[in-house]
Amino acid sequence: MASGPSADAVPTVMAVPAIRPRPGLAVRFLRRHPVGTAAAAFIAAMVLAATFAPTVAPYDPLTTDYGGMFRPPGRDHWFGSDAFGRDVFSRILYGARTALLVGFGASVVGATAGAVIGMASAHFGGIVDLVTQRLVDVLLSFPLIVVAMAIVAVIGVGTDKLVLAIALSFLPRAARVVRSSALAVRETVYLEAARAMGCSHARIIFRHMAPNVMAPYLVMLTSFLGQAILLEASLSFLGLGVSEPTPAWGLMLRGAAVDFLQRAPWMAVFPGLAISAAVLAFNVFGDALRDALDPKLRV
Amino acid sequence: MGAPHAVGEAASCLFPPLRSGRWVARAVSRYILSRLLLILPTLLAVAVLIFLLLRVVPGDIVELRLVLGGSYVTPEVIAAERARLGLDAPLWEQFLTWMLGIFRLDLGRSMWSGEPVAREIGLRLQLSLQLALMATLFATAAAIPLGVLAAVFRGRWVDHLVQVISVAGLAVPSFWLGILMILFLLSVFQYLPPLTFTPLWVDPKANLAQLIWPALAVGYRYSAVATRMTRSALLEVLGEDYVRTAWAKGLAGMVILRKHALRNALMPVVTVIGLEFAFLIGGLVVTEQVFNLNGIGKLIVDAIGQRDYTLIQGLLLLVASGYILVNFLVDLIYAWIDPRISYR
Repeated sequence: MASGPSADAVPTVMAVPAIRPRPGLAVRFLRRHPVGTAAAAFIAAMVLAATFAPTVAPYDPLTTDYGGMFRPPGRDHWFGSDAFGRDVFSRILYGARTALLVGFGASVVGATAGAVIGMASAHFGGIVDLVTQRLVDVLLSFPLIVVAMAIVAVIGVGTDKLVLAIALSFLPRAARVVRSSALAVRETVYLEAARAMGCSHARIIFRHMAPNVMAPYLVMLTSFLGQAILLEASLSFLGLGVSEPTPAWGLMLRGAAVDFLQRAPWMAVFPGLAISAAVLAFNVFGDALRDALDPKLRV
Repeated sequence: MGAPHAVGEAASCLFPPLRSGRWVARAVSRYILSRLLLILPTLLAVAVLIFLLLRVVPGDIVELRLVLGGSYVTPEVIAAERARLGLDAPLWEQFLTWMLGIFRLDLGRSMWSGEPVAREIGLRLQLSLQLALMATLFATAAAIPLGVLAAVFRGRWVDHLVQVISVAGLAVPSFWLGILMILFLLSVFQYLPPLTFTPLWVDPKANLAQLIWPALAVGYRYSAVATRMTRSALLEVLGEDYVRTAWAKGLAGMVILRKHALRNALMPVVTVIGLEFAFLIGGLVVTEQVFNLNGIGKLIVDAIGQRDYTLIQGLLLLVASGYILVNFLVDLIYAWIDPRISYR
């Protein structure tokens, strides 16, 4: 029983419409998510300002000026000056370096290490998976800030250690998220093929699994960025993060900013605005990116 | 042929006793039991982890109190103090002592103040628990109406407004919001909230005057999380077939919203609210600092600073068990609200 067109019937010439290539992710993102694009532009501006802080900032962030303490915002000091006569605007610009360094550093390290653990957990399965996941359960039963505080208590204070502490507190979350995607990947035919061909564990995890859990990984990474900046600010505010005199937003809200709240409110207002704006930008960008990468992941 | 009807009838003839009466009761109690049994090993793991982590922390309480005091202390005195606190025993023995104490509901004594840990925690828990409850109340009262409005008027200005409010809520650090509140009260009303804690039943006015501000500051962020969850969960449910059926039947919009949509959309919202609440008890470290509150969060910071092992252990165990317990309750509520969830 012949079914379907025979070979002779094929040459019916059809007008082929000019196929426009699908615009790239960047273009689609720009068109569909104007707000996300604005957030990305803000982040880019922040990165530039932080990188070129020495040229952009009107003052040195550490130079004290005891003749010019508590100057209100004005021509000389855009955001006023603090209890040591230091320029608040310049300190905020330099503070962006700390925030971005800790934010990116902690998010990338935490998300990546967590992703590797999550993929390994899914790939090996069995007892490895069981033990890892119970450990993750345990770590997830503490608030983020408590975990970070405990780690700071073990490894000490300082910018580099702060990156590590925040990264480690993100790790269990990352492991959990990536594992669940990796479990689905594990069941695919191409992974079975990879196993059948005798690929090494490392090759399976990094060459076959990793590219296929990229979307949740990126979405998670961007959601960590805002949280990391918030966490850095909170820990520095408590005196458990960056230490004086390094300019950091959370640190600027500590001490004199609260003691002289009524006399010099600008000391407390502007650093907080900087934190909020940065976290907002990262969150909005992250939301848009999640939308663009995988609309199903919508939360 | 009227097939769907017939099938429905046949099915109800085939499986009449399922999911009714005693069967459900038995399945539910088995489910609860198995979940409860899972809690114990998790808590044990939490305890081991806390214990080991603390022993890795450089510098113990004896060093901190005697040596860093500046004066010269003979090694014998240090050794005697370690022995007094039980720090000279092997790790496993220290752990066993702690565990046995817990089974007798005794968390030991604070190494710093000598007070029983349970008492130290109890004093602060009152404040933290009340604050967490108030913040939850604010957050729920704001989040559910706002989330529903946003979902119902999707894409209109109401939705955009709610989204802006909630996106901002996620970005503004609550401790900074607290600072702004204090600034506002100071400069507009020349008023500073009371600095000492009075229990609710002693003087409700003084109590609320102190706690309402931190509760609002924390509640804003919390409500932002819950609002987003309400909106997206409701949007998902509003797209379901049974909602369209309800519209087609000609039911009133409010009835559909309340009985069909909201009831189904509330479950993820309940989860979010429950888990956030669990984290509030220990996670308010920074906000407590701003409002000068002597709560669990501050106690954690102090205890870590003083290397007060017994107190930190007790506190962290409390925080983790609070979370695990709430998680368990949320699961139970889930199973109770949604009959589709299997109990096995």
